Amino acid sequence: MSETTHSGPMLAADGMPLKRSLARALRRQKLRALALVAPLLIFVLLTFVTPIVSMLWRSVENQIVPETLPNTIVALQNWDPTAGELPGEDVYAAFATDLVAAVDAKIHTKLGTRLNYEMPGISSLFRSTGRDVKKWNLETDGPFKEKFIESDKDWGDIDVWKTFKRYSGNYTSGYFLNAVDMENTATGVQLRPEDQRIYATLFIRTMWMSLLITGSCLLLGYPVAWILANLRASTANVLMILVLLPFWTSLLVRTSAWKVLLQQQGVINDLLVWVGLVDDGNRLVMINNQFGTIIAMTHILLPFMILPLYSVMKTVPPSYLRAAKSLGATNWTAFWRVYFPQSVPGIGAGSILVFILAIGYYITPELVGGTQGVFISNRIAFHISTSLNWGLAAALGTILLAAVLLLYYVYDKIVGIDNVKLG
Amino acid sequence: MTNQGAGDAFVLFERVQKSYDGETLVVKDLNLSIGKGEFLTMLGPSGSGKTTCLMMLAGFETATHGEIKLAGRPINNIPPHKRGIGMVFQNYALFPHMTIAENLAFPLEVRNMGKSEREEKVKRALDMVQMGTFGGRRPAQLSGGQQQRVALARALVFEPELVLMDEPLGALDKQLREHMQFEIKRIADGLGITVVYVTHDQTEALTMSDRVAVFNDGKIQQLAPPDVLYEEPENSFVAQFIGENNTLEGVVKEINNGVALVELDDGELIDCKPVNVSKPGERTRVSIRPERVEMNKARLQPGAHTLKAEVLEFIYMGDIFRTRLRVAGNEEFVVKTRNAPDQRRMQPGEQIEIGWLPTDCRALDA
Repeated sequence: MSETTHSGPMLAADGMPLKRSLARALRRQKLRALALVAPLLIFVLLTFVTPIVSMLWRSVENQIVPETLPNTIVALQNWDPTAGELPGEDVYAAFATDLVAAVDAKIHTKLGTRLNYEMPGISSLFRSTGRDVKKWNLETDGPFKEKFIESDKDWGDIDVWKTFKRYSGNYTSGYFLNAVDMENTATGVQLRPEDQRIYATLFIRTMWMSLLITGSCLLLGYPVAWILANLRASTANVLMILVLLPFWTSLLVRTSAWKVLLQQQGVINDLLVWVGLVDDGNRLVMINNQFGTIIAMTHILLPFMILPLYSVMKTVPPSYLRAAKSLGATNWTAFWRVYFPQSVPGIGAGSILVFILAIGYYITPELVGGTQGVFISNRIAFHISTSLNWGLAAALGTILLAAVLLLYYVYDKIVGIDNVKLG
Repeated sequence: MTNQGAGDAFVLFERVQKSYDGETLVVKDLNLSIGKGEFLTMLGPSGSGKTTCLMMLAGFETATHGEIKLAGRPINNIPPHKRGIGMVFQNYALFPHMTIAENLAFPLEVRNMGKSEREEKVKRALDMVQMGTFGGRRPAQLSGGQQQRVALARALVFEPELVLMDEPLGALDKQLREHMQFEIKRIADGLGITVVYVTHDQTEALTMSDRVAVFNDGKIQQLAPPDVLYEEPENSFVAQFIGENNTLEGVVKEINNGVALVELDDGELIDCKPVNVSKPGERTRVSIRPERVEMNKARLQPGAHTLKAEVLEFIYMGDIFRTRLRVAGNEEFVVKTRNAPDQRRMQPGEQIEIGWLPTDCRALDA
């Protein structure tokens, strides 16, 4: 023990400041703790943080244009697109230089694909001219303006060059604008024509249906969790297995089972027709629409609601309800005033879990959603694997991520994130 | 079993039975009447049925058979919230999401009492338990003793005539527990309410109660005021359960004029007061309180009889000495003596003579 009478920092027995001495003593423990979490930390960095950062990056990245067309970009700087005239021979010559290099490197089609997102038709323009350019001699074959327009008359379209100029930077807002049904046209940023707007609808539908699914999970899950939490442990364990059973069945199998049940020639329709509630000619359409998606996803996500609710309810002693009743409260008052407020952390945890899982859900809407029941994630998957427009997929994903974070923030402001318990 | 004035009983258990599984009875044929304003304690080891009785009275358990009456009215089919019985729970059961004042206002709110009247009553109840300044706090911000006071105030704030307490002091430390015992007793007496108190702590039961019902095996073993219970236990269980007790086993030789002659297992003959032995030849347990045994021959009263004993252990406990002896083959025979100036401290191995009055030793069932 050091003297406490003198002022200044507390000293350890050997005269070293106590704080430094303590830090030294704890350093080994800290290093060991770090070593223990290191594998997971590295795993998370590689498989979670890196893809997210890369996704954010892809959603604004546009380097393919300045890298493939360096000379053209420089030449285009002196061209005034508002004047309404095609660029001069210098631009065409620079473009010819860039294109020959690109064709040699076989990257001109990639650039075509990239620019095609902004102006449909450019892709084929690049592909067809790419074949002609191979025969050109850069030294002798000028002037190139005529040669290009001869190769394809679209090279004489001023909009192509405007698109080149607009997307000449290293970064672009094009993907994000596209993701919210807008476009950057010659006359500035504006909404796409009505028949081309799809993403806002999809985002709103995803949010709205996820809310519905969360709500129906809560309605169905709350009583189940309550029963589980109030039964004898042995009975509760058996029932808990029933709750967990769906987890042990493949997602595909469960979703397909709903197809069997809900389709027009399916079990439920057959039953209703047999009972006479539904006319054979007017069988209910319950699948390949929003209804089917909500039913199937509620079923699949229900355990994620029940489990946090159950573990929170398990911690509420039954004596609270008894106390409330002994104080004169009816069953309902006792539940609503005493039990329910204490189960709110479970509701919060379960709802956040189900909602966030729901807005990113892909397989079930894909299988039973039809055209009206698909989510934004299905569109993201389409752009990742079919249209190969990764930039747009990344922008859509980023917006989804931002929406989740925003909701999380709002929830924190209204309910308080401390008020979320998983048990 | 006493059943004083069943006619004007405030609480009445009539032939009440309770079974949870349909195979064993947790409460067997219980008859109990509690007078108005009485402080009755149900005392017993865990599993003896005392808490079940309390829960049946509160309405959280239904009696399998028999009737429970409150103020002459059968209450078997009245739900708990209509019984108007205040209850203090073992873990206090204060609602954690409400402040102390809200907790106390809860029973008044569900009775649709006006706001000003409510606040007035809450304040009075909090002042009664000396927690007047804590109304705005949450239960988690209070110590165990403070929570206990609030739980008590909440059970009393709606002015019930009957208050049930289920081991309310179990979670408190010894000093606080003793303090709260007097406090609860003082408040209960002051308000004139009837209290049914459940505990497994016999000191608590003796300190607070007007009468104590000792439960074991689903039955009331003895129902009596604390002094009677301690000094005149009616059977071996009560003698063992209440206070410390020495037991010597033997066989009844003869019973004459209210005196039983018992031959202890080592052949020694002693006189006892027969309590629940009826005929010679019966096995018996003789019970003697440790403080009624005298080790100082000079102080032995006339009529006392003496036995040889060997000192096995001497424990100094401050106000008393606790000496463990071997008496008639029993090695757990304890004698308590006051720490007086002339009291000798025994050494293990000493051979001494001890004695007691035949009226202090009771021959009970074996």
